[in-house]
Amino acid sequence: MSLNLFNTIGIGVAFSPNLEANLNEASRLSIYLNSKLVLIHVGEPSEEKSNKFKSLLKPYTEQGLQFEIVFKSGKPVDVILQTIEDSQIDLLLLGALKREKFVNFYLGSIARKITREAKCSILLLTHASINREICEHIVVNGLDEKQTEQTVTSAIYMAHKFGSKSLTIVEEISKQKLSIKVEDDVTLRKSNIEKAKLKRVEEERISAILKNIPESYKTNLKIKSQPIFGTSGYSIGHYTEVVRADLLVMNAPKKLTLWDRIFPHDIEYILTELPSDVLIVR
Amino acid sequence: MSSKNNIALFFKSLPKNIFSGFVVSLIALPLGLGLAMASEAPPIAGIIAAVVGGIMVSILGGSNVTITGPGNGLVGVLLIAISTLGLESAYAAIICSGVLLLIFGFLRMGKLADFFPNSAIQGMLAAIGLIILGKQFHIMVANKIKFENPEPVDYLLEIPNAIINLFHLENTGLLYAALAGIVSLFIMVFYSKIRNKYLQLVPAPMWIVMLSIGLSYYYELILGLPQPIADDYMVSGIPTANQIISELPSINFSKINSLPFWLSVVSLTLIASIESLLSIKAVDKLDVDKRRSNVNKDLKALGLATVFSGFLGGLNVVTVIARSSVNVNNGGSNRSANFFHAFFLVLFIVLFSSQLTRIPLPALMAILVYTGYKLANPNQLGRILRVGKEQLIIFFVTLFTTLLVGLIQGILAGIIATFILHVLINKSFKLFVKNLLKPNVLMYREHDNNENYFISVKHFCSFLNFYKLKERINAIPEHLDVIVDFSMCEFVDDTVMENLSNYQDLFHKKGGHFEIIGLDMHDSKTRHPFALKRMLPVPNIIKKSLTRRQNSLEIFAEDFALRYSAKKNEKLSFLEPFEYFKTKTLNFSNNHLLDEKSGAKVFDLEYSEGEGIVQETIKSTLFYLNLNVNIPEFTLDKEGFLEKAYSFAGYSDINIDKHPDFSKRFYLLGKNSHQIKQFFSNELVHFFESNPYYHVESNGKSLLIFSKERVASLKEIKALLYFGKQLRDLIDD
Repeated sequence: MSLNLFNTIGIGVAFSPNLEANLNEASRLSIYLNSKLVLIHVGEPSEEKSNKFKSLLKPYTEQGLQFEIVFKSGKPVDVILQTIEDSQIDLLLLGALKREKFVNFYLGSIARKITREAKCSILLLTHASINREICEHIVVNGLDEKQTEQTVTSAIYMAHKFGSKSLTIVEEISKQKLSIKVEDDVTLRKSNIEKAKLKRVEEERISAILKNIPESYKTNLKIKSQPIFGTSGYSIGHYTEVVRADLLVMNAPKKLTLWDRIFPHDIEYILTELPSDVLIVR
Repeated sequence: MSSKNNIALFFKSLPKNIFSGFVVSLIALPLGLGLAMASEAPPIAGIIAAVVGGIMVSILGGSNVTITGPGNGLVGVLLIAISTLGLESAYAAIICSGVLLLIFGFLRMGKLADFFPNSAIQGMLAAIGLIILGKQFHIMVANKIKFENPEPVDYLLEIPNAIINLFHLENTGLLYAALAGIVSLFIMVFYSKIRNKYLQLVPAPMWIVMLSIGLSYYYELILGLPQPIADDYMVSGIPTANQIISELPSINFSKINSLPFWLSVVSLTLIASIESLLSIKAVDKLDVDKRRSNVNKDLKALGLATVFSGFLGGLNVVTVIARSSVNVNNGGSNRSANFFHAFFLVLFIVLFSSQLTRIPLPALMAILVYTGYKLANPNQLGRILRVGKEQLIIFFVTLFTTLLVGLIQGILAGIIATFILHVLINKSFKLFVKNLLKPNVLMYREHDNNENYFISVKHFCSFLNFYKLKERINAIPEHLDVIVDFSMCEFVDDTVMENLSNYQDLFHKKGGHFEIIGLDMHDSKTRHPFALKRMLPVPNIIKKSLTRRQNSLEIFAEDFALRYSAKKNEKLSFLEPFEYFKTKTLNFSNNHLLDEKSGAKVFDLEYSEGEGIVQETIKSTLFYLNLNVNIPEFTLDKEGFLEKAYSFAGYSDINIDKHPDFSKRFYLLGKNSHQIKQFFSNELVHFFESNPYYHVESNGKSLLIFSKERVASLKEIKALLYFGKQLRDLIDD
């Protein structure tokens, strides 16, 4: 069985210092995944601009890269969201910004808005570079949601395509799931029994998902599952940072309300502190 | 463990708990009377709080070896409540604060105490100490003064005058009153210095009570004179047991709509919960079985007890540290000790209520002056300064605001000062504001052979968000291994460091391991282990000069090819298996002499017994040696020397056959008497008989030898080394 999750990959391009790195990253990815690349430029079309893009993509077109350039004027967010629908983009690449003097990455306001509203999967790049870096370790969430199956499948698909060595499925056991509060030795013992039970349930769920994934994708890939105790959606980023993984794959957030913006949780936290490249699967 | 087993264990430990409850009641009686009078409540109010607390919390509570009753910390607040609201409304405030405490328990507010920075709490306790000391000092020296609007500071400023007045006292009644106070203060101060078995059987406060009642009878029965102390300096108004039950106080809820009423309620609740939570935490450290207390269950029980106590005319019920640690030291092992403490108090009131009026007030107040002094002990300034200069600022801000404005304002000022200093030290306000609400703690079990718990902390970790880290750590059984990683954390404060150090001890004692990593990149201003740490690499070099004893130890070490190190060492877990240290807190060791050939060590050790006002810090010189062979566990002492320390350990003296002289002179204890009897061969018995007395203890694999509960001189160290080495040679053969 061959599976192609991402037929069309999109990337927003502007003439910034990062342009070359971003284009290299996007082209490499498109070749890995056998996808068509769509460059989205916000602005008037011009011969000069297309030539510039084409010359940068030349080394990849020689390797068989298919690409298309879309020029459109308007507000960047609207243009990109519109193009995603028009060109049937499955995966959009967005570059993260690096904070001065600090090691952590964050998303600009435009990128954040797109992340929230886009209907396709999104890959947030922290280390866009001209030369390829190997993606050795992938972390993926194993949340108890319907979407998780697709997310884990995508992660294993990516791992297979990248030739990654290991993949960790993280189940977050949040405080809310534990009904017993630890207060003394007795409740401590009970709570640990409950945790062990929860862990077994989670593991069963994960192994059920793994069963449906083609064997060929799983060869040469070390898959393990790791329960963590933390806040759902946030601590997985912390974990990715601790184990120095190269890519974090996550479920797309459910519809966000105003309330969620004021009191950020889940993915909003990850967007302010990107631990690595992040793939949000929709 | 089956429940049947538990019941058997309970009955087996009952005699020890009854005894311990009795000893505690000896302290609780004078303290209860004194604390109530210091709050300007009727003296019996303190006893009622202790009795109600002892009975209810022992039945409903969630801690194990704590004692409950009227607390020191509340004196200041109760004083204000009673003077502004009047006694009848103050009872209403006490009842309301009990209800509030009960609600705290149901809302699981046990973590409340974690939000207070250490230095602010110390500042608050010191202020409370000064409030108690300032007011009671005057009564102690028979110098009752009245201010229009009494402020705690006025009383403190008046102390020099009170001392001058002492030399002009012409009224003999007052003179005797002052004399009783000062003698009592001397008893309190010097009691702990005299380590005599018989003297220490009765706690110091009870000596004061017994001596003063005895003196009063001496005047009445033998001299046939009226007692010499002025009448208004005697304890008065102790009702009989019947009166307490039949004449319940009237309680006035009419002020329930006023602001001062609720200010009092909030202060009472706040201080009662802080005092209780801190005490429970400290007492858990002393618990021989290292059990975890259920603080929320305890808060509920304390709240309910406070409500009942208020209705019966008693004060707030809190967990008290000094009485609890006396309980642990005397072998209290479960909640029944608290119950029996209450039981004996009832017995005292039923049998001796008329005798209690023979106690002079100054004598009782001397106990409180000493308590206040212990709370505001100037020694702690040095300790705080060692953690960091900024801690001293927090301490004084809290101290002065509490003294000059009020308790709630004081603790708030302390919190704000701590926060401002943290911002200034980090030169960043953003670090705190941006990350305060973020879930900064991640925990998971590592996938390797030993399945460590790994906890990583991000951003910052201070008193503001320590509860998140604490919650995670609390969910780990203490016999497992934990690693806490701060390498992603930009700032760690002293409150966190101290709390983690407590966890380290706890895990150690329960067989686990608690390690802190990732602080190599952090800088701290002082070398104290609790100093706050900020990520910034600046090396620190401090060279200390040596004392004279240290210099001579250094020369001695060179002479005898030993290795000497004056450095402080806090890794003392190797001493924990020894019976002698089971109920003691190990602080640090220094001045190490190491014989590299045999591995024998001689060093000074600082450890402490008890907590709160009964805490005594002891420094002693010890000989420690790892043995090549396994020997039975035993302790050997001069007959009657330290036996008090072991009488509750459940062992009895083992007599060696055919050596009646040895058995008479030495006190030998151990679990496996058969093995011990075999082990004590003729040569070994002769060795002990022909050498000076030492306390010798074996934990099976290593030996611990020392002679006195103080630091040894160079000569004594030489003798100790020689004795230890000879004993080792004998055992190895």
